[in-house]
Amino acid sequence: MSDKKTDQGPSLRENLGINRDMKRRTVLKAMAGLPVLGLFGIGLLNKREYDLSKKNSIIKELGLDSLELPKSDYGQTKPQGDLIRVGFIGFGTRARQLSRALGFIHPEDMKSWQQRNLLNDWLQQEYLNVAITGICDVFDNHAEDGLATAENYTRPGGNSAPKLPVKRYRTYHEMLADKDIDAVIVATPDHHHARISIDAAKAGKHIYCEKSVALHEDELNELYATVKNSAVVFQLGHQIPQSVVFQQAKEIVKKNILGKITLIETTSNRNSANGAWVRHLDAKGNLKPGSESSIDWKQWLGEAPEVPFSVERFYNWTQWFDYDTGMIGQLFTHEFDAVNQLLRVGIPKSVVSSGGVYFWKDGREMPDSLNCVFEYPKHDLTLMYSGNLASSRSRGRVFMGHDASMELGSNVIIHADSGSTRYKEQIKSGAIDTGSPLLTYNPASQQIDAVSSASEKYYASRGLTTTTLNGRNVDVTHLHLREWLGCIRNGGTTSANIDMAFEEGITCIMAHRAYVEKRCVEWDEVNKKII
Amino acid sequence: MLNMKNTYTRWQLLFLMALRFLIGWHLLYEGIAKLLNPQWSSIGFLKESQWILSGFAKWVISDPSILSAVDFLNTWGLIAIGLGLILGMFFRVAALSGFVLLVVYYFNCPPLVGIEYSLPADGNNLIVNKTLIEAFALAVLAFFPTSRILGMDALMAGWKKKKEEK
Repeated sequence: MSDKKTDQGPSLRENLGINRDMKRRTVLKAMAGLPVLGLFGIGLLNKREYDLSKKNSIIKELGLDSLELPKSDYGQTKPQGDLIRVGFIGFGTRARQLSRALGFIHPEDMKSWQQRNLLNDWLQQEYLNVAITGICDVFDNHAEDGLATAENYTRPGGNSAPKLPVKRYRTYHEMLADKDIDAVIVATPDHHHARISIDAAKAGKHIYCEKSVALHEDELNELYATVKNSAVVFQLGHQIPQSVVFQQAKEIVKKNILGKITLIETTSNRNSANGAWVRHLDAKGNLKPGSESSIDWKQWLGEAPEVPFSVERFYNWTQWFDYDTGMIGQLFTHEFDAVNQLLRVGIPKSVVSSGGVYFWKDGREMPDSLNCVFEYPKHDLTLMYSGNLASSRSRGRVFMGHDASMELGSNVIIHADSGSTRYKEQIKSGAIDTGSPLLTYNPASQQIDAVSSASEKYYASRGLTTTTLNGRNVDVTHLHLREWLGCIRNGGTTSANIDMAFEEGITCIMAHRAYVEKRCVEWDEVNKKII
Repeated sequence: MLNMKNTYTRWQLLFLMALRFLIGWHLLYEGIAKLLNPQWSSIGFLKESQWILSGFAKWVISDPSILSAVDFLNTWGLIAIGLGLILGMFFRVAALSGFVLLVVYYFNCPPLVGIEYSLPADGNNLIVNKTLIEAFALAVLAFFPTSRILGMDALMAGWKKKKEEK
């Protein structure tokens, strides 16, 4: 049967027809995926439109679609203004950090930064057109560290940066008397801050003073009056307001996204010997260097009560009432600054503090567990501070408003409040989910995001939004110093100026006295006095 | 002209095609979603990496340029694999690379006893999870190919054959 068929064979015309037909069928079969892609495309467009409209509606509704953030002129390549000659008073650990932020690095740090691949990034830091020309420290080793740092020519600005001689001064008075010093950075233990800053203002030197600004009310008053009556530019050493995140938080508060804020919780959470100011031992457990022959003990004590020389006191001064106010002066100052820069709450009406030495029972006076409550009836607001040196559980910094709460850390996370009046409708309709962040601010993209996908929500709530990696990392202390230098050259007000410093100083002294005197301490607004 | 004979029954072909489109759709959207989200980065996922590939993950995270290269390859790899599966184009390459990619995902975060992740898992998994199953489904698709029956590979095979005949 089949033989017959084969013999006959298809005609040429039939053959061509089959071929064409098969071709067409092949092409059609080849395109089988196209309808699926088409459906996919429609689905994608729908999803995209939905996401955008949802994001836009929340952001628009909150008035965040037209944020005006100050444009930063950071990254100047040409040196700004005239060279400023800076003297360091005190050259311990903090001064080493400050000098890096200023554009100078200790040779030892340079080596370790190179190993950690940080050096090149640091060298890209903006050149601030400053020279460290004076070092004053009562401890020979620290003074030598300062000289080595100032004379290290590996720095931003490269070879074009001037190489001025660096002088060591035995006392800060000598430095202040030298006309070749334009400005000073005060990075001594806290009990010297106010006195040195007062003398510097009198000598006409611009001042960058580390916190805390003062330990006693009278010296703070004197400092305030002296700086106010002088032409010097004063900057207190805080850096939080310099972060872009903070600028964003400021806008959010300004747009009243949170509603009426009646409670702010701030915390410090540390759990290490170093964090608890046990710093007299090196990594191997040996006593750090320092003796009466290398430390001018009398000068170190200054106006503090006379006690015999003690390496422990020298390194761990934060543990003692004579030299510091502990967590209040070292940690709460930053918290207060953040709150005051955002809301300008100023000095509280009253403060109560309580706490004790519960973990670090090494003979210290300073509490390692401390809770302070600051009342602001004028602002209808309570500020709480809770610090602990024996648990590092992160408790954040939260501004609680009637409509939403804001957690301000390395990023900003806003949660709508389930009892909110303003967002009632959106919460009811499901447009706003109170269980996940309403907004997060991502410093790298410099824009506000209405959080959408599940994983994004998750990362944001844990503070794991890590897109900052590709952005340029700039040290906030560097920006704070830069602001100070900018004001010295061009006028203007520093963000942590003497008024802010005064409010912070009084608040801290009140909190410390409340702890020591075990009573509610009040501020007499009329007579400008702590009572 | 068809260089592969359809030896599948109607039902076999139907479900193989359905599986192909479903996985293709999923991977294509995973890629496009990453492409459309400028803030997406694989860093969150890589940070979770705990088992034998955790060293690799750390290496990727350590350098922003490596990380962005990995992000780029991942995003476009997913898109290419998704398109390959749906269109039936370079099908076997697409299915096998999809298999490898998903196995890499799996080995970064396998649900093994004793390994805990801070990210909540999708469902309850013990050693086997959906990523692993999807990987093996892709392997099955690679060895039961349909792209020369219904897909661009049929056309390409035709062209290739024509060229050879000439």
